[in-house]
Amino acid sequence: MTKWVASLAALLLGSCAGNQGSGPPPTVSSIVVFAASSLEPAFVKVAGRVSPKYRLGVVFNYAGTQALSSQLMQGAQADVFASADTAHMKSLQDAGLIGGSPQVFGHNRLEIAVEKGNPKGIHTLADLARAGLVTVLADPSVPAGKYAQQALARAHVTVHPASLEPQVTGVLGKVSLGEADAGIVYVSDIVSSGKVDGVAIPDGQNVIADYPIAKLKSASNNQGADEFISYLLSPEGQSIITGAGFEKA
Amino acid sequence: MSQARIPGPLVALAAAGLLLFVLPLAGLIVRAPWNQVWPALTAPETATALGLSVFCSLTATAVALALGIPLALLLSRTSGTIRGILRALTTLPMVLPPVVGGVALLLAFGRRGLIGAPLYAAFGLQIPFTTTAAVIAETFVAMPFLVIAVEGGLRGLDHRYEEAARALGAGSWKVFLRVTLPLLRPAVFSGAVLCWARALGEFGATITFAGNLPGRTQTVPLAVYVALETRPEGAIVLSLILLGVSLAILIGLRDRWLGEP
Amino acid sequence: MSLSARITVKQNGFFLEVDLLVSAGETVAVLGPNGAGKTTLLRALAGLIPIQGHVELDGQVLDDSAAGRHVPTERRGVGLVFQDHVLFPHMTVQQNVAFGLRHNASATSRQWLDRAGLGEKANALPRDLSGGQAQRVAILRTLATEPRLLLLDEPLSALDVTIRAEVRRELSRQLSGFHGVRILVTHDPLEAMALADRLVVLEQGRITQSGTAAEVTARPRSRFVADLAGVNLLRGRARGDHIELAGGAIVAAPDAGDGDVFAVIHPRAVALYLARPQGTPRNVWRARAEDLDLQGERVRVRLSGALPLVAEVTPSAVRELKLDSGAEVWAAVKATEISVYRA
Repeated sequence: MTKWVASLAALLLGSCAGNQGSGPPPTVSSIVVFAASSLEPAFVKVAGRVSPKYRLGVVFNYAGTQALSSQLMQGAQADVFASADTAHMKSLQDAGLIGGSPQVFGHNRLEIAVEKGNPKGIHTLADLARAGLVTVLADPSVPAGKYAQQALARAHVTVHPASLEPQVTGVLGKVSLGEADAGIVYVSDIVSSGKVDGVAIPDGQNVIADYPIAKLKSASNNQGADEFISYLLSPEGQSIITGAGFEKA
Repeated sequence: MSQARIPGPLVALAAAGLLLFVLPLAGLIVRAPWNQVWPALTAPETATALGLSVFCSLTATAVALALGIPLALLLSRTSGTIRGILRALTTLPMVLPPVVGGVALLLAFGRRGLIGAPLYAAFGLQIPFTTTAAVIAETFVAMPFLVIAVEGGLRGLDHRYEEAARALGAGSWKVFLRVTLPLLRPAVFSGAVLCWARALGEFGATITFAGNLPGRTQTVPLAVYVALETRPEGAIVLSLILLGVSLAILIGLRDRWLGEP
Repeated sequence: MSLSARITVKQNGFFLEVDLLVSAGETVAVLGPNGAGKTTLLRALAGLIPIQGHVELDGQVLDDSAAGRHVPTERRGVGLVFQDHVLFPHMTVQQNVAFGLRHNASATSRQWLDRAGLGEKANALPRDLSGGQAQRVAILRTLATEPRLLLLDEPLSALDVTIRAEVRRELSRQLSGFHGVRILVTHDPLEAMALADRLVVLEQGRITQSGTAAEVTARPRSRFVADLAGVNLLRGRARGDHIELAGGAIVAAPDAGDGDVFAVIHPRAVALYLARPQGTPRNVWRARAEDLDLQGERVRVRLSGALPLVAEVTPSAVRELKLDSGAEVWAAVKATEISVYRA
């Protein structure tokens, strides 16, 4: 439900931006973008720029990558798909649903989310195994959870999580409310949340996720889809992406 | 006794309403990977989630009965503004999005919560992420259904039974236990069933307040949600099992509760 | 052993103000039209509603609003019998009777049922009883607790006419063996006269008349009692030998005195004629027969005109006068047939 509210907000934001300034013309066409939830903060900003520039309305459907890909498999109509991993993009490609070739527009790495000021003094993944520490992870069924398990395995750390949240927002929420001492999430989540601090995970243990984007074969607005994707890959778009905690493509 | 015929358009609307229930159920049954039902049923994770679901929902119903019946009694004896306020407070969890309810529960019983903080400071007690938290979340969301049903029963009660009991020398406890409560049995039963069903299907408040850990807080709805991400057919099987178990319990309890004394 | 009650109840615009003194062993019937406050009075005596005033039973203060004293219903030693039985539907007959008993409840309740000839119904549920049986059980249930004050709220009015007499006889027998104070609320004058020693007439929250049945009906002070007694009741201002009625009509009555009075005319004292009668009667009015009602050997004729009255004549008189609805007649009443008393 929050997703719908968010996409509605994005739409409003987009059209608001379109009506700002010295009388820019109203939007004349629109595209539908299916995007991984973690992209929401960045994409809201992207839409804010794209809309006035190309007179393009952008409607978002944010959800977990898995949910989006199964919606597309079931015949959902969209112009652009932005995924949080390459695997789902690949399977859509195999199903013949992707128009052009997918392009990676950013990377996301993991960090340990801790309470502001890091009161428990957590500095490494190994600290998460400390007795009495309440750690929450994302469920392994979602990419963030899968990557967290990989990172912990690389660090040879066994953690007994208090909860396996089916959404990354659940991990963030519990850390920011002080119910959990630590969680493993994307850097972009920590940046967008603003209510938790991040503790870096060394490259040797970290898992870096690729975010590919592609136009869908069923796109009804080819031009708008191309404009959105090329803006995202432009230096201007990339600076929004890095500002949201992602790494450049 | 002959009854007035139901007008045709109403029958059509009733049929449409019934279809709204039946079609999704049919979808679930038709699309179910039946060859996976038995393996899923015997899988230890299923048993764990199912056992936890049944335990939490029944405990929540028991707690709701213990707290909700007195609350309904209180509600039925108040009037005016106080009643309005009490009733609004009681029904709040029904209109509140369950996820918001979960956050509210964290703010009350969490480690930093109104009551949770002193409890944590004094005893090191942390309620979130425990089975207790799952029960609290389910009770929070489901109890209003019981309170509303029992209060309705109390309002429909012929209070002369209670007056007759008092005139026969019964004190307030005796009147409550031997007259009011037995007379309320149908209302208590339907309220408890609604409450239990709501508790069994509870998702939002539980996942927010209690988290999701197999064996501790992962009830069937949470397991279904997680399974939906990776193996949708497993989610369907799990939903069907939940459906079957709830039907069995409902039918079993009905005879026991509403049978002849 | 006696009850003394001075009760004022104000609720939702309803007002009840009653002074009542009843001795032990006495049965008082409270009669009154619907909405007069009869049930409210019983509920007040039972302690089910808050009152202003003072209630004392056998020297024990049950209510004293001035002293802030109120004994709750369950400790008053009252017995309450409702219009319909109000037996607990989830208990057997015997469990119902045993409900109010403290000692030896099972055996004692069985004895009560056996004595009333209801022993074989002991294990039945109330829904399996006939209306009369259920009400008899309800009466037993109350009497078994040996209340000091027995309150009966129209105990027979929900029963079929055919079994009402039977239950009334049994109730009468039960009451004679009961030594406490008995108050019976009813709107049925027959029930009141059969069961009660004294009548109290309650109208609009106040006692308007009190006394034996003969005393009350001899001098009605309200339309309600006049209807009970089946007489015409007039109210007006006496001026020596005549009374001026509110409607303007004048009724001759010797020695009427002066001031506000009631006048009672028995329907049999109203004579009807086709032509204006000559001679003694001074009270003669033109009247119109509105409707006729055969009651046993007599016909009651409702008259309209300067003075609305009910006349009672023989069926043969109806034939002679060719009386029918709408017939124009002359009505005459001898002045000596009018009884006048102070309002």
